[in-house]
Amino acid sequence: MLRPLPLLTAALLALPVLAGVIGTLLPALGHAPAIGLDGWSLAPFRDALAWPGLTEAALLSLWTGLAATLGTLALLALILGGWHGTRAFTALERILSPLLAMPHTAAALGIAFLIAPSGWIARALAPILGLSRPPDLLIVQDGLGLSLIAGLIAKELPFLLLMSLAALPQLRPNARLKTARSLGQGRMAGWLKAIFPGVYRQIRLPVLVVLVYGMTNVDVAVILGPNTPSTLSVQVTRWMVDPDLAMRATAAAGAVIQLALVLAAMVFWVALERGAGRVHRFWVWCNHGLPERPLRLAGIVLATIAAGLVLFGLASLAVWSVAGPWRFPDLAPEFLTLRSWMRHGPEMAQVAAITLLIAGLSTLIALALTIGCLEAEHRHGMTPGSRALWLLYLPLLIPQIAFLPGLQSLLLKPSLVSVTAAHLVFVLPYVFLSLGDPWRAWDPRYARVAAGIGAGRARVLWQVRLPMLLAPVLTAAAVGMAVSVGQYLPTLLIGGGRVPTLTTEAVALAAGGDRRAIGVWGLGQAGAAFAPFALALILPALVWRNRKGMRNG
Amino acid sequence: MRLLTTAFAALLALPAAAQDIDPGNWEAVLAEAQGQTVYWHAWGGSTTTNDFIAWIGDRAAEQGVTLEHVKLSDTADAVSRVVAEKESGADQDGAVDMIWINGANFAAMKDQGLLFGPFAEQLPNWQYVDVDGKTVQTDFTVPVEGYESPWAMAQVVFIHDSATVDAPPKSATAILEWAQANPGRFTFPQPPDFLGTTFLKQMLIDLVPDPAVLQEPVGEDYDEITAPLWAFLDELTPHLWRSGEAYPQTGPRQLQLINDGEVDIAISFSPGEATAAIANFQLPDTARTYVLDKGTLGNASFVAIPYNSGSKAGAMVVANLLLSPEAQLRAQTPDILGYGTVLDMDKLSDEDRAAFEALDLGIATLSPAELGPAQAEPHPSWATRLADDWVAKYGTN
Repeated sequence: MLRPLPLLTAALLALPVLAGVIGTLLPALGHAPAIGLDGWSLAPFRDALAWPGLTEAALLSLWTGLAATLGTLALLALILGGWHGTRAFTALERILSPLLAMPHTAAALGIAFLIAPSGWIARALAPILGLSRPPDLLIVQDGLGLSLIAGLIAKELPFLLLMSLAALPQLRPNARLKTARSLGQGRMAGWLKAIFPGVYRQIRLPVLVVLVYGMTNVDVAVILGPNTPSTLSVQVTRWMVDPDLAMRATAAAGAVIQLALVLAAMVFWVALERGAGRVHRFWVWCNHGLPERPLRLAGIVLATIAAGLVLFGLASLAVWSVAGPWRFPDLAPEFLTLRSWMRHGPEMAQVAAITLLIAGLSTLIALALTIGCLEAEHRHGMTPGSRALWLLYLPLLIPQIAFLPGLQSLLLKPSLVSVTAAHLVFVLPYVFLSLGDPWRAWDPRYARVAAGIGAGRARVLWQVRLPMLLAPVLTAAAVGMAVSVGQYLPTLLIGGGRVPTLTTEAVALAAGGDRRAIGVWGLGQAGAAFAPFALALILPALVWRNRKGMRNG
Repeated sequence: MRLLTTAFAALLALPAAAQDIDPGNWEAVLAEAQGQTVYWHAWGGSTTTNDFIAWIGDRAAEQGVTLEHVKLSDTADAVSRVVAEKESGADQDGAVDMIWINGANFAAMKDQGLLFGPFAEQLPNWQYVDVDGKTVQTDFTVPVEGYESPWAMAQVVFIHDSATVDAPPKSATAILEWAQANPGRFTFPQPPDFLGTTFLKQMLIDLVPDPAVLQEPVGEDYDEITAPLWAFLDELTPHLWRSGEAYPQTGPRQLQLINDGEVDIAISFSPGEATAAIANFQLPDTARTYVLDKGTLGNASFVAIPYNSGSKAGAMVVANLLLSPEAQLRAQTPDILGYGTVLDMDKLSDEDRAAFEALDLGIATLSPAELGPAQAEPHPSWATRLADDWVAKYGTN
């Protein structure tokens, strides 16, 4: 019964993407009857290439995406290698994990307020430096995209960390580290030599997703990224919403260029992986260690800064949401008022209900499909070819901006159902990403033992496998919910604006720059995404409070 | 004769309008509108506008129409939605029933046959509209021809903090001198943002000897006409906030910059915005507005109905509501919205006129006399060309 499920799931994911990409390719090649383009031509590409900022925007996308991914990965290695298993790590994990839920828009707005020349940090320094006016410094939206990269790293670190932690128990890190250390390796060198490659293997696709997101995101780049010019995805979005309808074709061509750029970056990344693998093998066998102390220090300091950026950003949203008049260089508002909450709270509660309904439905379906597929693999010994895997990850590896307009014309009526279906396309891969590796890494000998004492396949699934994998299943569900809550373009385009979620409302407000309204809606958005994570962390601990061996997940 | 013109216009709007309701038969419109839900796609970036639209929703409910505000971050989102629907053949009951629109978006949709109409001049409340004194029958020089209905007048004003700037600059040349004397304290929203483009147009109007040339589409003499503008910007840009390497992305973002003490002057297209922002703590209570010596640009905000709306009657009821003296008075109330009315005071009842005259516009809002007559919007082709060239010269270095 489960046998056709993987194929069905792959089709469910791939077909909308492929149809959407075709829907983008046609106007890019000059065929879009609705805007009066009937012939076939390369004119849209010529127009896109003629835009004076194109090369710089493309390079900026490439640079910020690659730098953010490498930076996140390096920081991840420093923290895991230097601190996994310590008390400091547990503390850091407790701080970082909830930050995963923080929607990108809210995080970016918070960070922007922190680091701006009139932001909280500058305000704290103002009395010392004797500033009455903020200095005219280009920090946010700097030309090299450094603040964008920092924001992306701060936001993606929790994601990769949680993915690693979900995968780690299967690698039995403590035993491996002991072996490595008994061979005379330092803590960090031993960890990076013996355990990190295994971790990387399990989080490889999340890393690629981070790469694609880093290169193509619109929400963070608009707030923290440079604008003269902006990254390519931001520019494509601008073309897409240009009042001149003929620009849709240019936008489509830009989206195709963006797609090509992403594919090129992925090829480059895979080459980088191979090179790094060779270097790593060489390093494992030679006896060189690492400067342990400085690296461990760097790891904990950088990770604390990353967590601090998002946390204090969140705090700034909270303060703005209750702020009366608040000017530079005051550290706090003149007085606090609940007016902004009275004004936006009731409407927000309604929208939050819709948001959670969509998130819950799409996650539930995604979870059912994912477990069905994984169980089908297990029972029928189906090993998914790498091609099937790439199909599965297609929605995350193809820039949203490249296929959503096509998907829009495919899903007929804008409604809660079609938005949920569209969210499923993005939620499913994340759920699969979160759950697939821990699921497959589960030791099948448990199943054999269970079968040996007479348990059928269904019983093994429900009474052995699922309970043992409770933590990764719940993590996957929380990731799915957060992904759904954070979706902007799919909700806006597929919902035709008729299905408001916390994210569409928050982004609409972000354009207006009313920090008090942004504070209220940003907190609501973060709360909606945060709640499932809290459950995912608390539930296993509650359920397994009397099972010591189940608790290291 | 009137009937004939209407019939002819309806014929032109084929095929979309073929089986559509007749706007001239208001009884039938009202009956048809009962129980309809109107999805009004309107910019959602301003909390005051959102609250006003919610109030209009309550009034619409009294007439049996449910109004849902779809909050856009960019009007073009709604335009692209209608385009996509036409592309996929969704000619019935599209997602968009009404759009807050003007200028280039209107020109594009009208040009592509994506709008229902004409309907505006058949609305019962059209009788109050000031067709002679306000630019409600052309939109950025494009003839409206009843394809959109006006609901608010806007005029460019500059906001400044009177605590830090005592004599604000009132011409392009004065702005340049002020920026040179106060480096890093002036900026404008980044074109092609509409307000940023408006700043370019406003400076061009201020700098050209005869702004009438801007009423024609961009022609051969473009370089010659715009040369003073580029010379002005070449000198201004190095003295801008962040030396012109970054710009605020939208108009309201400038208010935050003033409040943060980063800049001292901001351009706005809403004479009442500063007063409303003071009430919301978004600006210090020392903020004031002013216009340029030669005057400033003005235009009207409209609502239009897409050809494939399934609730055209309901949308017309809402458009008519927006023109009612009650709604217009509310829109002009400064701590509610502070938008200029499109109505002609002479056409109103004594009671309504008195209510308008009794309005206290607020500490930072100029009176109609102080605002002065609005300068006409240039042809839409100017906005496009100026924004493109600005991006090429300053937006991509």
